[in-house]
Amino acid sequence: MPKKNEIKKVLVIGSGPIVIGQAAEFDYAGTQACRSLKEEGVEVVLLNSNPATIMTDSNIADHVYIEPLTAEVIEQLILKEKPDSVLPTLGGQAALNLAMELHDNGFLREHGVRLIGTTAETIKKAEDRQEFKQTMEKIGEPCAASMVVESIEEGLLFAGKIGYPVVLRPAYTLGGSGGGIAYNQTQMIEILGNGLRLSRVGQVLVERCIAGWKEIEYEVMRDGRGNCITVCNMENLDPVGVHTGDSIVVAPSQTLGDKEYQMLRSAALNIISELQITGGCNVQFALNPESFEYCVIEVNPRVSRSSALASKATGYPIAKVAAKIALGYTLDEIRNAVTEKTCACFEPMLDYCVVKIPRLPFDKFISAKHTLTTQMKATGEVMSICDNFEGALMKALRSLEQHVDSLMSYDYSCLMKEELLEKLQKVDDRRLWKIAEAIRRGVSYEAIHELTKIDIWFIDKIARLVKMEQTLKRKPLEEDLLREAKRMEFPDRVIAALAGTEEQAVRDMRRALGITASYKMVDTCAAEFEAKTPYYYSVYGSENEAERTEGKKKVLVLGSGPIRIGQGIEFDFCSVHCTWAFEKEGYETIIINNNPETVSTDFDIADKLYFEPLTPEDVESVADLEKPDAAVVQFGGQTAIKLTEALMKMGVPILGTSAENVDAAEDRKLFDEILSRCKIPRPSGGTVYTAGEAKEVAQKLGYPVLVRPSYVLGGQGMQIAVSDSDVDKFIGIINRTEQDHPILVDKYLQGKEIEVDAVCDGEDILIPGIMEHIERAGIHSGDSVSVYPARSISGQTKRTIEEYTGKLARALHIVGLINIQFIVCGEEVYVIEVNPRSSRTVPYISKVTGIPIVPLAVKVMNGKKLKRLGYTPGLQPEADYFAVKMPVFSFEKIRGAEISLGPEMKSTGECLGLAKSFEEALYKAFLGAGIRLPRNKNMIISVREEDKEEAAEIGRRFLKIGYKIYATKGTARALKEAGVEAEEVNKIEEGSPNLLDLILGHKIDLVIDTPRRGTEHSKDGFLIRRSAVETGVNVLTAIDTAKALIGSLENADQKNLTLVDIAQEIYCENENEML
Amino acid sequence: MKAYLILEDGTVFVGTSIGSGKSVMAEIVFNTSMTGYLEVLTDPSYAGQAVVMTYPLIGNYGVTPDMESERGWAKGYIVRELADTPSNFRCEGAVQEFLRQQDIAGIAGIDTRSLTKRLRDKGIMNGMITTDPSYDLEKVISDLKKYKITDAVGQVTCAGKYVVPAGTLASKDSLRVALLDLGEKRNIIRSLVKRGCEVTVYPAYSPAEEILTDKPDGIMLSNGPGDPKECTGIIREIRKLYAGKIPVFAICLGHQLMALANGARTYKLKYGHRGGNHPVKDMEDGRVYITSQNHGYAVDTQSMAPSVAKEAFVNVNDGTNEGFRYIGKNIFTVQFHPEASPGPMDTGYLFDRFIDMMRGE
Repeated sequence: MPKKNEIKKVLVIGSGPIVIGQAAEFDYAGTQACRSLKEEGVEVVLLNSNPATIMTDSNIADHVYIEPLTAEVIEQLILKEKPDSVLPTLGGQAALNLAMELHDNGFLREHGVRLIGTTAETIKKAEDRQEFKQTMEKIGEPCAASMVVESIEEGLLFAGKIGYPVVLRPAYTLGGSGGGIAYNQTQMIEILGNGLRLSRVGQVLVERCIAGWKEIEYEVMRDGRGNCITVCNMENLDPVGVHTGDSIVVAPSQTLGDKEYQMLRSAALNIISELQITGGCNVQFALNPESFEYCVIEVNPRVSRSSALASKATGYPIAKVAAKIALGYTLDEIRNAVTEKTCACFEPMLDYCVVKIPRLPFDKFISAKHTLTTQMKATGEVMSICDNFEGALMKALRSLEQHVDSLMSYDYSCLMKEELLEKLQKVDDRRLWKIAEAIRRGVSYEAIHELTKIDIWFIDKIARLVKMEQTLKRKPLEEDLLREAKRMEFPDRVIAALAGTEEQAVRDMRRALGITASYKMVDTCAAEFEAKTPYYYSVYGSENEAERTEGKKKVLVLGSGPIRIGQGIEFDFCSVHCTWAFEKEGYETIIINNNPETVSTDFDIADKLYFEPLTPEDVESVADLEKPDAAVVQFGGQTAIKLTEALMKMGVPILGTSAENVDAAEDRKLFDEILSRCKIPRPSGGTVYTAGEAKEVAQKLGYPVLVRPSYVLGGQGMQIAVSDSDVDKFIGIINRTEQDHPILVDKYLQGKEIEVDAVCDGEDILIPGIMEHIERAGIHSGDSVSVYPARSISGQTKRTIEEYTGKLARALHIVGLINIQFIVCGEEVYVIEVNPRSSRTVPYISKVTGIPIVPLAVKVMNGKKLKRLGYTPGLQPEADYFAVKMPVFSFEKIRGAEISLGPEMKSTGECLGLAKSFEEALYKAFLGAGIRLPRNKNMIISVREEDKEEAAEIGRRFLKIGYKIYATKGTARALKEAGVEAEEVNKIEEGSPNLLDLILGHKIDLVIDTPRRGTEHSKDGFLIRRSAVETGVNVLTAIDTAKALIGSLENADQKNLTLVDIAQEIYCENENEML
Repeated sequence: MKAYLILEDGTVFVGTSIGSGKSVMAEIVFNTSMTGYLEVLTDPSYAGQAVVMTYPLIGNYGVTPDMESERGWAKGYIVRELADTPSNFRCEGAVQEFLRQQDIAGIAGIDTRSLTKRLRDKGIMNGMITTDPSYDLEKVISDLKKYKITDAVGQVTCAGKYVVPAGTLASKDSLRVALLDLGEKRNIIRSLVKRGCEVTVYPAYSPAEEILTDKPDGIMLSNGPGDPKECTGIIREIRKLYAGKIPVFAICLGHQLMALANGARTYKLKYGHRGGNHPVKDMEDGRVYITSQNHGYAVDTQSMAPSVAKEAFVNVNDGTNEGFRYIGKNIFTVQFHPEASPGPMDTGYLFDRFIDMMRGE
């Protein structure tokens, strides 16, 4: 029972689609909080538009609404469900902003609903720049000289007074959207103007620049009685100036003495007490490295990415405790779930070092600037734990899965020393490697420190790693050296390369000398108390604490690593469900993963958690100790699939589809054989290694062709080439990283794209449903709007798809999951891609159809048959609901990124629209994705030649609902010819007034801009699209999406949505018995 | 140079020598603070002990002026890794040099977590740090079993009485505090001076009469090392201070001695409380504070006559006694360290309470 027994039914607001600045950490926090509330007998109503989350499962909350996160929707939901309280502090900034909106407009008071967790007054004091500053002044906590401005003139005046550079922080935005550092007036005008546009309240904070100071964070908890603790402090390796989400972060702080540590800790407690926060809170400080001077940078009165990191770094479950505090418990009344002996009112003590490294998306946005600023760009992160910093850093690097495993992975040896030093001043994602190179060149620590402002302590540690590289190169590989290299977590592969031997030889030598990884426990208390939680990290040269358990069958679940574009939270959903399903089957479960944001790395998901990189060597070390009976790789995305071969070599059996069959699906030749055996057509194509071969194949097939590497995820490197020069360029890009497998060149077919996920038990298949993409083929499936059930293909085509799916699954001997993508041209069905694993669409299709796909897959892997499980094989009857999965992008965060869609995936997240009618589902999906129309009822259309006819039709419909259309010359002519009124506007090079003026003048709601295919994009189009995105204008780059949007606008409005409780209306039938 | 840590139970850890290369026998205790290694090394309460730091990276910010007494008192120092390139704007050198200067024996490069678990499970043990590889294990173990810290307070207390002026805050009505130095940490004095007090420090064996005739406004009993029961002479004098009317505030060993002077019992904890994260509940209002702690002995609450003192603070983790309020007296005592250094400063308000008490508020 809650301590405050008037709390009986709580609405928890989730954070919505994954975007940069708001990622899986809120699924982790929300899930933990919901479970914590349910533990206390509270009825939980959950709202989140993101279907890929675990928190939206029917066993997490009592009522689950996957609906758009808008104030209107929440109001309707409150009227329907009548919760007595709303908990807004676990869904990131998105949830907090919504709660404030409902508080400010009086809705909550009017309906007798209270905010729990933290009051509206507290949120205002912490979030409103002016109030925050006043509060800090009141309690004597220093802030950098700053002023909130509402216009560019005001900003310029203030910056003139305090001097450049200045930091700009827009109020109420995610991950510092639109923020930055301005070094001069020109930059000021640009960044400030942008920030003012992006801020929900039109305010930007202009602040004295304290770049170069140490950035230190404290995670603080406070209960209703005023008890305060700090869970953890963290130090950013990169000084102030880089968003903490993009910084390398260590926990605990390494370069602070007790005086500094306690000074800032006391300040953090003062602040949380003055703000009267009840729950978790994050306080960021800048500390002058030359004195005790400090400033408060920011306070987040809620759980955050940093709190997820702090939870995983210490073992202290912040979200769980925050939820209990919201119910009225005090910290000393809450149990420490890790030790099971002590209470939550203590401060974790670490006896290890934690390193977090951000996962940046520059591999997806090759045109984007790599510079890191106060605007967060990372899509995800990895964390590693070790008893020394060098080891933790090395483990974190290889956890990134970006083809890096040491400080030699990026080569800067060709740079002149001056060039190198110049580059050191710029903060980007590769600075660590440049520092290492500078050390190799003999640049002094002091000189590097001067350029980077990174503390000498860290530079020294990097130097130690460089020294070890040099020693390994120079000296014979003997026992002591090998021990020391392993203590620093050099992987065998790197040791072998440096010592001039084979990886296997290093491994054999290690085995012979008994140099193996030991595992230590994360216990919150530095071994002071015995802990019950089996949460481990590896170290070399220490005693092993992880005991091999015997008795039950044991399964190793391989997680999916950091969140990145193409491999998102969906795979964590699958990993967690698979773990739960194996537990149900009587297995002992072991998870290996390295992502601190996720549910799968919560300490009570699996029987054992190993927080480790997902490389063959690291996995083998765990396997050597645990001797699992089997491993499962189907659920951890490409990360896990890539480990299949290595696991087989280690002698760990793979459950489900065998390694040869995984290979057969990926290997072009084998796959072609299977297809021809099954008589299933596919677009013709060939495999190549060089650009020459590629052009030969392309010319034979005729352009356009699809070029892509095999064994990739999210269409990485996939492009549509329309000419030989395109092919040259694309092959060049692909070959920038070493390819173990050939490159595929296929004929590009423009048809409807269809996708299915299926479960196969080796004999029978079960297809929960067929999904259809709104956009024609050519746009990555993850970036397409996907509709279930498919609407525009015939019954015959559906039967063909069912038949092909069955044939393929059987031919590949699939046991478990398979995902197939088809192209339908007329009645012809072609297979374009087969993934012998779980896919991005599994969570959403499970939720919509109520068929528990992951648990079913686990059951068939254990030899159960679909028929015996009560399912009729084949394509399942269609559900009563339409479900539209809408991709969500974070383009405004990545300066310079091309936003037009193509075969390479670019979206960071997704949301769902669910309704009885297609139009309403679609409308909800657009709404959930943040497309709020109309405001000004002005739009711009600029389309390529082949889209003009359709554009005219779309334009006509927009006119009808009251829009004014501006169009570029060609498009305008086409529209006018079709009798659609449009105002012609100048292209950018034609001078003002032109398109750009319109966009920057805040007159436009929507831009429909479809760029030409191939690499020959006009600079103009790029500029238009970027400007629109950066000013918060909706941009659609595919004509089909535009058509869908007008359809939804014509048929729905926000005031009359039907909200669907999937836990009650869809799920309960089948899911509950499986879970 | 190789170094060996030999425990009473026969366990041997092999590491690298840091600091002095001499062989020492000591009681091995662990401290879980992640910062504040200098404050720990110079805290007189560690006299006769060798400290294991559970945090693996020590010495990162080098030697800074954060000393709690003029010298290092720990007999030995045991760490996982000692930084040899420290970095901090106040850094004056590396910890290695400090250990050498202070002749403190040390060992690095051992699995400190494994050692800590051993101490936790088996209880605090004696141990020897040596660089001599030809030690005779049997003999060392038998010596270790016999090793005992004796007259610890006598080793650490000041030689003679001295006065620390109230400094910049001095005024006509500055409060005068008598501090009985049982092994005081400097920050007790700093905490008082900061609040405008003039502090007179008395050696531990000063007769009570000497303090009482000086008519201080308040008396502080400091922290200190060793088994409280052995301080029979001091306990006798403290009994006299109890009988007087002057307000008394006692910390750690002072707290234990005041309890002993009033007929309560003390006992040795299995592995003590040493670190900066111990939750302590104020029994009056239920508030919990995070405190800095360093003690191996505790007062048995049950043994204190309810008519004499009321339990004022309790450790939330293990329920052990953390403080008393003496009935009918202006006396309160705490087991933890409100002066922090190292550790959280959350209970610094207790000094204000003491000031109020002296002012009769």
